[in-house]
Amino acid sequence: MSTPTSESIALEMHGITKAWPGVVANDHVDLSVRAGEIHALVGENGAGKSTLMNILYGLIHPDSGEILINGKPARIGGPRDAIGLGIGMVHQHFMLIPVFTVGENVMLGREPVAAGGLYDRTKARKEIAELTRRYGLALDADARTGDLPVGLQQRAEIVKVLYRGAHLLILDEPTGVLTPQETKELFVVLRGLVKEGKTIIFISHKLREVLEISDRITVMRRGKVVGHLVTKDTNEQEIATAMVGREVLLRVDKKPAAPGAVTFKVEDLTASSDRGVPALKGVSFELRQGEILGIAGVEGNGQSELVEVLAGTRRATGGRVLLGDKDVTTYDARTERDAGIAFIPEDRRGTGLVLNYSVADNLILGRQRSPSFSWHELVLRLVAIRDWAKRLVKEFDIRTPSIDTAARNLSGGNQQKIIVAREMASRPKVLLAAQPTRGVDIGAIEFIHRRIVAERDEGTAVLLVSAELDEIRSLSDRIAVIYEGHIVSIEPANTPEERLGLLMTGGGAERAS
Amino acid sequence: MSFLSDIGHLLLTADLWRATLEAAVLLLLPALGGVISERSGVVNIAMEGMMLTGAFFTVVADLAWHNPWLAALVGIIAGGLMALIHAVVSIRFRADQIVSGIAINIFAAGLTLFLVNRIYGLQDVGHVGQSALLPYINIPLLDQIPFLGRVVFQQNVVVYAALILLVVVQVVLFQTRLGLRIRAVGEHPQAADTAGINVYAIRYGAVITSGLLSGLAGAFLAIGISNTFVPNMTDGRGYIALAAMIFGKWRPLGAFVACLIFGLGQAIYDNNSIIHVSQYLLSMLPYILTLIVLAGLVGRSIPPAADGVPYSPGTE
Repeated sequence: MSTPTSESIALEMHGITKAWPGVVANDHVDLSVRAGEIHALVGENGAGKSTLMNILYGLIHPDSGEILINGKPARIGGPRDAIGLGIGMVHQHFMLIPVFTVGENVMLGREPVAAGGLYDRTKARKEIAELTRRYGLALDADARTGDLPVGLQQRAEIVKVLYRGAHLLILDEPTGVLTPQETKELFVVLRGLVKEGKTIIFISHKLREVLEISDRITVMRRGKVVGHLVTKDTNEQEIATAMVGREVLLRVDKKPAAPGAVTFKVEDLTASSDRGVPALKGVSFELRQGEILGIAGVEGNGQSELVEVLAGTRRATGGRVLLGDKDVTTYDARTERDAGIAFIPEDRRGTGLVLNYSVADNLILGRQRSPSFSWHELVLRLVAIRDWAKRLVKEFDIRTPSIDTAARNLSGGNQQKIIVAREMASRPKVLLAAQPTRGVDIGAIEFIHRRIVAERDEGTAVLLVSAELDEIRSLSDRIAVIYEGHIVSIEPANTPEERLGLLMTGGGAERAS
Repeated sequence: MSFLSDIGHLLLTADLWRATLEAAVLLLLPALGGVISERSGVVNIAMEGMMLTGAFFTVVADLAWHNPWLAALVGIIAGGLMALIHAVVSIRFRADQIVSGIAINIFAAGLTLFLVNRIYGLQDVGHVGQSALLPYINIPLLDQIPFLGRVVFQQNVVVYAALILLVVVQVVLFQTRLGLRIRAVGEHPQAADTAGINVYAIRYGAVITSGLLSGLAGAFLAIGISNTFVPNMTDGRGYIALAAMIFGKWRPLGAFVACLIFGLGQAIYDNNSIIHVSQYLLSMLPYILTLIVLAGLVGRSIPPAADGVPYSPGTE
């Protein structure tokens, strides 16, 4: 951790308030960032971090409050003003155009122009080469951005910000999409930038990373600042408590697994992606009763296709899936479900819920034909459905004004709890959980993790797919690493993160098949 | 096989190719407009209505002032104003752009019909005098080139303008800063916005430009190719231009190739007296080709990523 090279204040935000109908996203927020420090801004989803940063970047206009840059009051009417003041933002969802080259993306908005108004590629290339050399960020200006791995795309974003002459860099959840190795590289880059005199605001909810990289921390909760912490004097538990407003259990509490018989067997499974290219190239594994098998991998290596095939929403092109001794390879979503396979899909809003349906209706989705909820598959038993919904809402602590509220109006965590409740309440033999806690706040994560472990303890075979290595490592009893459509290795639960990271990027093991 | 030999003869005549180019240009102008609009992320199916409006007001102005240049300018502006409606509705009010486009096409058909009756009564609009038409100009020397001279260099002034516009649009879209920004806005408006580009300004500009080009096509149709206004005289050309835009994969040169193919169909259709095939069959040709392209049989045609998606900044 570097100590600030100077005590001067690079940025001050005073009394920032922004309200939307029904919510106060920022309530008199104060933020003070010293020049040359890495300042972490932490908080749960919806705490108001992004709103605050979007205000700073001119994308949102605050209702009240003032901003001082290097001690001078600043008027920020739009991104253009922010850029002019030396503020640069690396967004969580990259602001890159996949079909443009890296050079075009970096230059966009400040393009060098040659004679006759033509875009000057040569000059663009030269300027990028100079920037990348100066900050040690190797990057090919002529590569098509969409073809680059995520880590390099992020690098392009950083170069883009630097090209605009930013002194204050805002990084919004920069590690969310990165592998552990890429995260390490990013941290090296960030430290290098600080050495060059840049100031960095680092937004994250990954507390370990915050502790590793930041100098000071501002914690937000429900639109307010609830704590200013100095990194070297604090710890993970203290930050988490400030974020959530109560003590939270950061470690998953679980007994050793007691695996039973093999219930679910995947043999040499192959499938294609939406674009028709092979995504699964012969995946095999066994899943036992009462165990959690984690699938670790960088996103886009076939894990999405794998769960979809297993859930019956994508066709396998080869191989077999056995549930007990039944071949369920060609089952569709309905028959898979009837056979006892429950599915928590990764796309909660698109696949998991009908957002305009009520909580109650969402809680019986996929089971609407069952005799408990319908009379001869023709007429819904509304009373039974309401009773069922009330029970689940209570049991799974779904925070909703009523069971008639549309799922759309619930927070991400509560939406996810609807799905978790529905799937677990079907008493499945196999539970497929894809990114079960993505975009969900710490409180809900804690709850969902406990339920998944409880499910395991009752004898369900759980397949857990997650991009969060921490989640995989804390929940799984065994970890299968997927890379380019192959399971490259199946590792024990206590495998060090470094080894998993290496396997995830194609190193460290010869192919299992 | 008299049909094939007829076609063969026809294909060897310079006049057929001259007619092809002329018909192609009539499609090219709105197609270029469509390319610009959709590259900026605003779906535009209203070229038909903009063309029709342009054609009508061109004739009105020409009958009043007997000046084809002024008349064409009025037509261009009329097309631009129709486009402005589409721009306001789909950019400012973020309405469904297909619905807005359909509405404009229906509105244009109704408006022109109403005004025709209102201004000229139920009789004919009247003919624009020979001297008040957009002129055909032979380019000195070049028009003497055998075959090619007749095809390319003995054309209406609008044809030359369109060919120049084609090159300009192609270069601007893919070689200049403005083009980079237009495409950025059409692919990922948020990225463009955060790069300090005014998304709304670019989109308004692009949509209005599409109207200006469509208006010019209307003027060409009314006082270049013909000399009067007839209700619904665009006869679906705005839609064929739309097809050409898709066929050409949202690229000006690609659209031009498509326009030539459709234009050839039109030219053969117009010369139907020599060949013996149903004109109805021929007139279906552009649509069939478009369906084939849309079905992805001739290489997938992928629109700009944010095409048709209204932009609202800064919401979480």
